[in-house]
This record gives sequence, C-alpha cells and structure tokens, in this order.
Amino acid sequence: MSAPQPDDRYVAKLESAIEEIWDIAQRMGIDPYPVHFELVPSTIMYEFGAYGLPGRFSHWSRGKAYYRMKTEYDYGLSKIYELVVNTNPSYAFLMEQNDLLQNEVVVAHVLGHCDFFKHNVYFRSTPGNMIDKVSVNADRIRKYEYDHGTDEVERFLDAVLAIEEHVDPNTFIKRETDAEREERLRAGEQPQQRSSEYDDLWGLEKRGQQEEDERPRPRRRFPPEPEKDLLLFMAEHAPALEPWQRDILLIVREEMLYFLPQARTKVINEGHASYWHSRIIREMNLTDAEFTAFAQMHAGVLAPQRMRINPYHLGYSILEDIERRWDNPTEEEIAKFGRQPGQGRAKLMEVRETESDISLLRNYLTKELVEDLDLYLYQKDGDEWVIVEKNWEKVRDGIIASMTNFGAPYITIEDADFNGNTELLLRHHYEGQPLDLPYAEKTLEYVYHIWGRPVHIETVFEGRPVRLSYNGEKHSHALLDRTERH
Amino acid sequence: MNPSNRSTISQHDWSLHRKGAIDQERHKKKIREAIKKNLADIVSEESIILSDGKKVIKVPIRSLEEYRFRYDPGRQQHSGQGNGKSKVGDVVATEPRPGQGKGQGEAGDQPGVDYYEAEVTLDELAAMIFEDLGLPFLEEKKQAEMETETVRFTDIRKVGPMANLDKKRTIMENMKRNAAHGDPTFHDIRNEDLRFKTWEPTIRYQSNAVILAMMDTSGSMGDFEKYIARSFYFWMVRFLRTKYNNVKIVFISHHTEAKEVTEEEFFTHGESGGTQVSSAYELALQIIQERFNPDDWNIYPFHFSDGDNLPWDNERCVALVEKLMELCNIFGYGEIREGHYRSSSTLMSAYGKIQDPKFIAVTISDKSEVYPALRRFFATRDAAGIPVSAP
Repeated sequence: MSAPQPDDRYVAKLESAIEEIWDIAQRMGIDPYPVHFELVPSTIMYEFGAYGLPGRFSHWSRGKAYYRMKTEYDYGLSKIYELVVNTNPSYAFLMEQNDLLQNEVVVAHVLGHCDFFKHNVYFRSTPGNMIDKVSVNADRIRKYEYDHGTDEVERFLDAVLAIEEHVDPNTFIKRETDAEREERLRAGEQPQQRSSEYDDLWGLEKRGQQEEDERPRPRRRFPPEPEKDLLLFMAEHAPALEPWQRDILLIVREEMLYFLPQARTKVINEGHASYWHSRIIREMNLTDAEFTAFAQMHAGVLAPQRMRINPYHLGYSILEDIERRWDNPTEEEIAKFGRQPGQGRAKLMEVRETESDISLLRNYLTKELVEDLDLYLYQKDGDEWVIVEKNWEKVRDGIIASMTNFGAPYITIEDADFNGNTELLLRHHYEGQPLDLPYAEKTLEYVYHIWGRPVHIETVFEGRPVRLSYNGEKHSHALLDRTERH
Repeated sequence: MNPSNRSTISQHDWSLHRKGAIDQERHKKKIREAIKKNLADIVSEESIILSDGKKVIKVPIRSLEEYRFRYDPGRQQHSGQGNGKSKVGDVVATEPRPGQGKGQGEAGDQPGVDYYEAEVTLDELAAMIFEDLGLPFLEEKKQAEMETETVRFTDIRKVGPMANLDKKRTIMENMKRNAAHGDPTFHDIRNEDLRFKTWEPTIRYQSNAVILAMMDTSGSMGDFEKYIARSFYFWMVRFLRTKYNNVKIVFISHHTEAKEVTEEEFFTHGESGGTQVSSAYELALQIIQERFNPDDWNIYPFHFSDGDNLPWDNERCVALVEKLMELCNIFGYGEIREGHYRSSSTLMSAYGKIQDPKFIAVTISDKSEVYPALRRFFATRDAAGIPVSAP
C-alpha cells in the first residue's frame, strides 16, 4: 500500500481528541456503546463499504460495488468518511487519509450512531456479535464452494441475493410454528375469556365461520397465511434443495435481518449522528480556521440533492425542528398539549428511542419543513424528469411510500402448491406503483432456480391484474379476471 | 463509564488484505464471459466500429444486472430537494438522448431497459473474438521475416513472483540446509530456501503472410453493405495486428477500376459507378507478382462485394479466382445481401462451381452474421482443410 501511514504522533493526537469528544458527549447526555476505532487505508474503507461488514462472504456483486465506490473516490466524486458496525462494543473505521479535524468530526458522528444503536427500539433484537457471525457464514460458504464448485455456489447465491430483501423484518413478533398451529386448531380455538363492550364483535367472526363451514371445504392452503419471508419459507419448504442450499438461504436471511433495522432508520440515524457531531464539535476549542473547515465539511455532508433526498440533511433538519418546537412551544401547543418550554433535548432523546424513518416523517415532517426544505416529487416525462408534486402532504406521503418495505415491492408467497402441482405463486401487493416487468421476469428465473418448480407472480399492470409465469424454459403472461383471484 | 474502556484505537497493516480486489477480479471475469456470449452482437456494434482510435469502449451487458423485484423507475415518483424556488413543471434532469453518451442507441428511451456497461479495451475484445482462430493454411516459406514470441520455463532462481514458486526444489533446499545442522527434515522454512521457476522469452520465426483486402466501393454498395465489410475488416486488421507482429496488409478498393489505397481511405472513402470485380483480382495478381513472391509469402486475398457484378465479367472472375488460388493459401469471398429475401447474386452462383477447399464464400445478410463469417474465414484447420474450431 503506497498510501502514507499516519505517524504515531497523529494517532496520539487523535487518541486524546477521542477522549475529549467522549467527555463532551457524555456530559451532554448521550450514552453510546464502547467503540473500537480502527484507522484503515481508503481501499479497505471502500471494501467494507461494499460488503456492509468486514469479513462478509464473497460475491461478484460486492466486487462490482467495491470497484464503483473506489472509482468514485479516486475521481473525487464521493467520499465515505466513516463506517460503523453495530455491535457491542461497536467498531468504527476511520480513514488514514483524513486529516485530524476530519477524523475528529467523524468520531463525534460515530458516537451519535453508537448512541442510536444502543437505544433505538428497532435495534433491540440485533445480535451484538455480528462480525463474528458473518465471518463464520463466510467460512461456511467458502467450504460449500470447495465442495460443490464456485460456479454452482455462485449461481445459487445469485438467485438468493436477487430476493434477499424479501424477509419479514418484524422479528419482535414470535412466529407460530407448524406444531403450535396444529395444536391451536385441534384445541378448537376456544377464545380466551374476554370482557369488554366489544365482545360481540368476536361473535360476528363465529357466525362467518359457520357459513364458511357449510361450504365445500377448499383444499388446505399452504402456507396457511400469505408468507412475507420468502427466504425462510423457501429454506424450509423448497422441494428439492440440498442442505447447503438451505443453509445459504438462511445465511443471507440472517445477514439481511441485521441490515434491515439500519435501512429503516437511515434518516433518523444519520440525522441523530449529524446533530450530535455538530453539537459536540461546537463545544471543542477550535481555532477559527478549524471551525471554518468543520463548517465546510458539515455543509458538504448535509448538502441537498436534486435527484434524491439526502438522509443526513432531512434527518438533521427534522431533529433540529423538533428541538426548537419543544424548547419554545407556541401558545397553542402549551394550551392544547401542555407542552412545557425547554424540553427540546429530552424530546430528542425520546424520539431517538422510539421512532423509525417512517414514523419520524409521519409525526414530525411538517408543512413548514416540507416548504422550507423545498421537497418535491418528480417523475419521468419523455426524456425529462419533471417535478410533479409540491403539495406538502402528498410530498410527505410520497417520500414515506418510497420507504415502505425499504423501497422494495411488498411480495408474499400466496400458494406453495399452486395448480395442485407444488408450483409457487407469489403476489405483489400493488399500491399504485407498477413493477418493472423485464426485471420481474429475470427475477422469476432466479426464484425458479431456488424453488425448482414453475413459479408465478401476480401483480397489476396498467390497472389490470396479471400473472407472470416461468416454467424453467419460457415465460408467459396471463391477464387475470378479478373473479379468478382468490 | 470508565474512560479507559469506553474506546480504543488501533492501526494495522492491511497491505495483504485483498478481498475486494479479488471479488472485483471475479466480476471482471464474469464481464469477460458475458462479452464472449454476446460477441455476435458486439462485433457489429456501431459504437465500436466507429470508435476510431478510442482505446476503451463500453459494451452493454445485460447478464450482469443485479435483477430483483423492483418498481418501474420510469413510472415511479421519486423525491428530491430544490434550492428553495422549485415549482411543479421544473425539469430536474434530462435523459441522455440516443446516440449521445450512451453506447447503445435505444438505451435512453426505453424505461427499465438499462444495463451495465463494461469498459474493455479494443485489444482485449479482439483477443476474445479471435481466441481460438488463426491464419488458415499457413505454410513454411523461405523468407523468415515474421516472428512470434513464446515463453518457456528454463531456469531456477532465488527470487521471483510467489506464483512461480518451485515447491519441490524449495523443500529440497530447506532439507539440505537443515541437514547441514544435523536435522534433515522439512521445517523452519526461510526466505533463503525459496526457489522460483523463471522463464525466457524465445523467439520463433514463422512464415510471412500478407492479406489482400479487397472491397467493392461501387454505387450499388449501400450504407449497410459498406458497414458490414467495414466491420469485418476492422476486426480482421485488429486480429492480425494483435496476434502477429508482422503481417502485411494491402488494401484494394474497386468499382469498375481497382486501385491500391491506404487503410484510412479504404474504410472511409465511398465511390460510385458500376462494378467490375475482375479489375480488383487483376490488380491483386499484379501486386503479388511485383511484391509478394508466393515462394516467400503466405497470401490471403479477401473480397467483399454485394455481388452486383457486370454479368459478362463473372466468368472472367472465376478464372482469376482459380489463378489466384494457385498462388494463395485461401481465397475468401464475402457477399453482403441485405435481407434474406434476395437470392444470391450471379457472381455467387458462378463461384458455386469452384470446388477447391481453399475457396471460402459466405453470405452476410445481417449484422449478427459478421462474427460467424470471421469464424469461418479464420477457423484453424487440419491438414485436409477441415475447420478444427467450428464456426
């Protein structure tokens, strides 16, 4: 590596700066996990950026991402300042090439993230030793490559990664196992003792149940309820998979479940970290020149972008707005909500514990903010991308819609014995945004590779329900009659 | 929290850590595989043929997209942020128009059909296209002007790249050194034990070859015909210049008269008028007689035409082709007929009589047929003239 290694004096200075930053942070009331900082060269930084975690399994798509990120960095188009791994203790990677002030800002920013990881409810079930887990996973995949050939494993990984985001993120809700379900059905579903004025509602369900019972019994549905977790379901029920293939499905799922809380708290997490780095740096004794350099860096990170929303900027702006509104409530807010002045910081601490991006935007992205930040929705019109919406509620809802299910279409397994022939039927739950059909067809080929039997997906295209199918050889489309759908 | 255990800092030597680079190689390898699969399309890709002097070209590759269930980006609403004065109807971005920037013409205006563009150099691409092809019927001739380089491992040294480590000799050295201290086993391996295989380039002399590239530039050769001939010769020239150090190429363009032209003129100039193919063959014979003695040279005449020859000239052409074949290793004739509905030309039917395996004729009626044509012409053959690498 030809990059200049920071000398020991640099490391010593940084070390004492880290102590100072910790002192300020704790004095101001944030409570991060302990952090291990590692100084790395830029190539390593971009590698970790491409893989998401150090030591993760190999795949060509990561090589592609790595190459893209590194090229963008080499040409000065983009820069990663920091990379934090949510473990306890947390790991943070600092770039050797950054100057001392830059890395001080990064350290302050990292403490914000680690405070968020420790306290936000969505990270409650994240394992604290993910770095160890991914490296064990990588070892297993390497062994499978050795046993079954790199190409074979790669083809399977290609297929699994194509649907990797289709897992069920609601890990708080304990799943009912098949055995438990059998047990519950056998017990006759005796409703528990209920006592409220709404008890009669349960009776309605029973009446419906009776009518249902009189009809000819349809064949037993499998899965009994639409299944959101494609990876788990296929790992358990795909007809013809080898054990190593089921393991790969579960590995990819496990790692995805680690990343999902980060995906659903991107705006609030970056906002929180940016809020705290700016508050902490203000408390440090910077020279004027240093402060100018800091202000430039801060402005660069928070710069708004025309084609996408910068999560740092949006999160930071919302949190500052919350602080202001809870520090200086209006007459109305005092009268209506009993809000006491000077509660800004306390409110921020509450928000960081309980909100995700979607709830943050729903609860705190106000009309004034949408207008101040000049947020809009735009759409393609011929060769041009044109602003189509400025109404604040529609803009807010549009941003939230793009975050729903992490920006991926919501897809469930409807029937794993479709046509009575162990074919797999997926459903895209259409909410006004059409699927990219060429992409969907290619992805169906991957699903087929995993399931091993014909696969179908139902969606809506140009207002009409359609079913795309792939049987291992060719694709077909069918327009569906509404009545044909179950 | 106790300040001492709330944070630590460290710095390691990462210079041997190459995971990202290794997976990047894997990605590159997949790009090469994908390119190979699509060579028929890529060979006649306009942006490549017309990229004069450009070293790096962009090749669209569909199979390296990371497909997933996603919303149609062209029909989806996206969010962005303005400078405070944005209003409905403002244009935030414009798609690159077809022909500008993007390699593929239609790429811009087809929603959802965007693909990964790999960057490869022309030489890499040429090497892939001609990987298993060679010059057919190459004969040993007297004059040894052409040289090719080969590599042979001939020697052992104490330093060298790890990949060339000679493990057997290294173990022997280690045991020898240990034996000197009274313990002749394999242990405690040190740098001084390492032995590396090393190579020397050896120069092998081969026979000479000259290509007589002939092309019809008459008025009946439309844009399509010229483009096909041009892409064929484009790759042929690349091929010869990458695979051999010293191949001569003579460019002859003809309509009713033939003349020798430079490479640049050959590819860029268009003429008009009728066609008299025999004029080119006569000039070729003349050039052979004057400059390329068949005793010294392997001679490869190639001719591209649309076949619209003056009818009374056809018999003469057949006679000249047969005369040329006596002097040459092969004679390649490529007829470019746009659209399959057109029957083959009178010239082609006249050539039908020629039985010699040295005579190779192909008809190209579509861009995608350039690549198979290249493979037919340059297939390496066994002694009987049967192609070894099937087209």
